Amino acid sequence: MTQDVSDAVATAFREEWGRVVAALIGTTGDWDLAEECAQEAFASALKTWPRDGVPRRPGAWLTTVARNRALDRLRRSAAEAAKLREVAALAPADDPGQDDDSGIRDDRLRLMFTCCHPALPLEARVALTLRTLAGLTTAEIARAFLVPEPTMAKRLVRAKNKIRHAGIPYRVPPSHLLPERVVGVLAVLYLLFNEGYAASTGADLVRQGLCAEAIRLARALAGLMPDEPEALGLLALMLLHDARRAARVDAAGDLVTLEDQDRARWERAEIDEGAGVLDAALRRGRPGPYQLQAAIAACHATAPDAAATDWAEIALLYWQLGELMPSPVVELNRAVAVAMSQGPAAGLELVAAIEDTGALAGYYLLPATRADLLRRLGRRAEAAASYRAARDLAATDAERRYLDRRLAETTNPS
Amino acid sequence: MKYLLLICADQDLELTAEEQAEIGPTMDAWLKDVDGRGVRLFGNQIRPVSDATTVRMRGGDVLVADGPFAETKEQIAGFDIIECDDLDEAIDVASRHPVARFGSIEVRPFWTE
Repeated sequence: MTQDVSDAVATAFREEWGRVVAALIGTTGDWDLAEECAQEAFASALKTWPRDGVPRRPGAWLTTVARNRALDRLRRSAAEAAKLREVAALAPADDPGQDDDSGIRDDRLRLMFTCCHPALPLEARVALTLRTLAGLTTAEIARAFLVPEPTMAKRLVRAKNKIRHAGIPYRVPPSHLLPERVVGVLAVLYLLFNEGYAASTGADLVRQGLCAEAIRLARALAGLMPDEPEALGLLALMLLHDARRAARVDAAGDLVTLEDQDRARWERAEIDEGAGVLDAALRRGRPGPYQLQAAIAACHATAPDAAATDWAEIALLYWQLGELMPSPVVELNRAVAVAMSQGPAAGLELVAAIEDTGALAGYYLLPATRADLLRRLGRRAEAAASYRAARDLAATDAERRYLDRRLAETTNPS
Repeated sequence: MKYLLLICADQDLELTAEEQAEIGPTMDAWLKDVDGRGVRLFGNQIRPVSDATTVRMRGGDVLVADGPFAETKEQIAGFDIIECDDLDEAIDVASRHPVARFGSIEVRPFWTE
């Protein structure tokens, strides 16, 4: 097979898998049948596209082949059981509402809402989204979430059973349910992204690939819900974080703080795209948590160097974020931004206020932040004590090595 | 006046082959008795807790979670049989129940239609 054709199949898989599966679930109501027939359609593409050429609309071709497979299978089983009703359901869809410009029905939005239904456990929502919308195999999802494959297989089966038995609907929720359900879908996609982002220090490419899957799904969601600014906000947030991924760790696998990152290694095109998507979201005049977090990320990503960062703007954005969703972690970030714009003493006051609430006891970034601010104020002995406290709470080797370096700088200033 | 029964059992309980064999005939006898006397108006086996959804109404927000309410101290106070299009409609009905404001409503699909 020529490289071109195998690339075309790989591209079609990434772009069309979710759409083919979603369309088949829409017509048959059978999730397993949909996945199996989609798989067969892609296998068939690998065989026939090198011979006949890549079809003009690969998605429509794949959907048609998969639908015919499903029809064959249901006809065969209809001979054994009374499944004629399902065969009848496979007649071409008469609902023209969701046809896109490629001429095939786009059921992905319905599939996203069903996969992310709050009646499913969170880990099942994530796994189901990766399996049915992104086309990852059960083995790949298991590896990405560090669980044995049989455990993941069981999780997927259980989720699909619940969808069937409990009557979880396959549809875009009605308007009175939509706001809270959109929040649920966005949360699943963001969780996916963060799983991949946190894995940047590791060697597992499957885990790192979750970032790309999350961005692809967020892009699809933003396209399917163009009037939802938070969907755009999430896409922008992912792009702006992802652009900095390569610069976040050094050759030894250690974390590099934003301040010290080599900005030449940031993906400029991704930053521009993220900033553009964010602008489009903010123009709707309905800010939300993802848009605000993206705006903060944009402040960092668009500053030519660390010193030029607009910390006053970032402090303001964190304040707005805290108003929308009060959280001690948001407040800690605001303390850092205030320290950068108004001086370490002002930041320290906010840190002390968080410490008084006891909300972040055990969170290493609280003493680490206090240590950084004390160091900047020249209170070296107190800073060293806080660095040691943070080191005891740090969860990863990379975090501990970073704190050790800071501690050494504080106790033996060069 | 009608009474509703919710049948509870330890899911992890392992029955002996003997006990297993007895279930069918014992159940048949019970059904024959209560149905024969017209005591039992309606009943069904329900799906296990793996198919359950819990709904709460707190501060004007509907909180939805997978599975049964975990606190074993919580007792089942009664049940209603409702006919709905799908789980979303059932969640809506459950969220309007007065007990949802201080207790919780477990939504369990019937084993068969």
